[in-house]
Amino acid sequence: MKKMLDLIVTDNSQLNQSYCLLKLSTTNSSPLPEMFPGQFVEVHVTDSPTTFLRRPISVNFIDKEKNELWLLVQAIGDGTRRMATYKKGDLVNLLLPLGNSFTPPESSDKKDRVLLVGGGVGTAPMLYWGSILKEEGYSPVFLLGARSSKDLLQLDEFAKYGDVYTTTEDGSHGEKGFVTNHSILELPDFKQIYTCGPKPMMMAIANYAHKHGITCEVSLENTMACGFGVCLCCIENTTRGNVCVCTEGPVFNIKDLKWIN
Amino acid sequence: MDKLNIQIGNLALKNPVMTASGTFGYGKEYTDFIDLGKLGGICVKGTTLHDRQGNAYPRMAETPAGMLNAVGLQNKGVDYFVSNIYPEIKDFDTHIIVNVSGSTIEDYAECAARLSDLDKIPGIELNISCPNVKEGGMAFGTSACSAADVVRAVRKVYNKTLIVKLSPNVTDITEIARAAEAEGADSLSLINTLLGMAIDINKRKPVLSTVTGGLSGPCVKPVALRMVWQTYNAVKIPIIGMGGISSWQDAIEFILAGSSAIQIGTYNFIDPTISEKVVNGIQEYLDNHNIAHIKDLIGALEV
Repeated sequence: MKKMLDLIVTDNSQLNQSYCLLKLSTTNSSPLPEMFPGQFVEVHVTDSPTTFLRRPISVNFIDKEKNELWLLVQAIGDGTRRMATYKKGDLVNLLLPLGNSFTPPESSDKKDRVLLVGGGVGTAPMLYWGSILKEEGYSPVFLLGARSSKDLLQLDEFAKYGDVYTTTEDGSHGEKGFVTNHSILELPDFKQIYTCGPKPMMMAIANYAHKHGITCEVSLENTMACGFGVCLCCIENTTRGNVCVCTEGPVFNIKDLKWIN
Repeated sequence: MDKLNIQIGNLALKNPVMTASGTFGYGKEYTDFIDLGKLGGICVKGTTLHDRQGNAYPRMAETPAGMLNAVGLQNKGVDYFVSNIYPEIKDFDTHIIVNVSGSTIEDYAECAARLSDLDKIPGIELNISCPNVKEGGMAFGTSACSAADVVRAVRKVYNKTLIVKLSPNVTDITEIARAAEAEGADSLSLINTLLGMAIDINKRKPVLSTVTGGLSGPCVKPVALRMVWQTYNAVKIPIIGMGGISSWQDAIEFILAGSSAIQIGTYNFIDPTISEKVVNGIQEYLDNHNIAHIKDLIGALEV
């Protein structure tokens, strides 16, 4: 069930020049509503005159022990810049949980190699999903890409749940180039790939997966106004016509998209 | 809540608060957030005779205090509505109005006729004001003559409450309003979105796939209020006012300007509980000002 509720900021740390990690909890210590990997929230940003609509932000992680929801926020416009200034104790109004979630690997063989590919702020949902896969007994492999080493975020967190491979465009961390050129993709022995990031990156991964017969899910971030299926603005043209990314996604199996060359 | 009852055509609304088409889905999308039974009515998504995929992505641009949309009436067509959606929503404890659109006069009339048999749909809102479709839509709502033609054709086949939704993208909205009234409309709803555009300066391209789109949200409220006031002074049938309502205070303004009922649109995206808050706010306003009935406020603006 979707809810609108005020959460309280428990921590907001600047990870680098443009990213912050916002941690939120309930105001009365009641448990957070259940949220699944791939789902997102809509944040009502106040005190930013140019920001009208809520900001859709994917669930980065759920810290069950601390009853915290983590949001990885990239400050790119007035709304997200305002979010970067939130202080401990501030109240933030959210709609949650929204959208569908990643589906578990098709084969239940826990030895199957599962790859999670994230680029830029698209790495955010991969942390929570990786943690759940690990909990389920899988050994997820993370492939994370960024412009340069300072833009690679939460590497220590990812390392808790699986092997981490990286690429940077300037070669300052991991392999130089894009995730789609990383050497671990040379041997296509993955049974399942999940990806979130810039559309060209996801399309390249989707085509790679298709070519090698690997099941692949992508998480889209089309611009949206409502987040719960009424404005019909965030549509993706799929094999079953235009559908809302906010309700039928954000996670799609690539066989439902018209992305394959 | 008796002091909030209001009559629109044959519709006895329990209160003047409705939700606007295109911002409220089919109502069921909001049941996690509010009790639909608290509302006067809901206008469901624009419905056409045939299935429409709508316009290409991108369809939305945020603006200061508002947004542009270019959805283009995406819907699965009236027959799908009748067989798949209607059974799911017919028992909501509120009035369900279907917003009807079309590319030709015949489409409008046929779509209206197919809805007239549905017991739990007591009225339709004729959308002659959608700015996002190439044919029909706003084309019918920008001249008094074509507005009259489409209202006349629908009136012939539709005996329940007929609301006509007017476009603000005209030089004189009262002309269109009078034409619709003369052809038998029971009520007028206004305003639909204002035609606008947004540009991506880095790509030097329009943000919307359709170049232009419909502007809505608090930024359009002063224009909407002015048009409601002008229309109120030009016709005798009840007006359903809308355009940027985001609080009960806004709703009171629209009622004072001449609205018998109001619709809440874009702000449902920001606060999905806003419609219920507006109902409560209006009730408190009446209580605090010792106003016996909401009717006493309609058009009570002192100028």
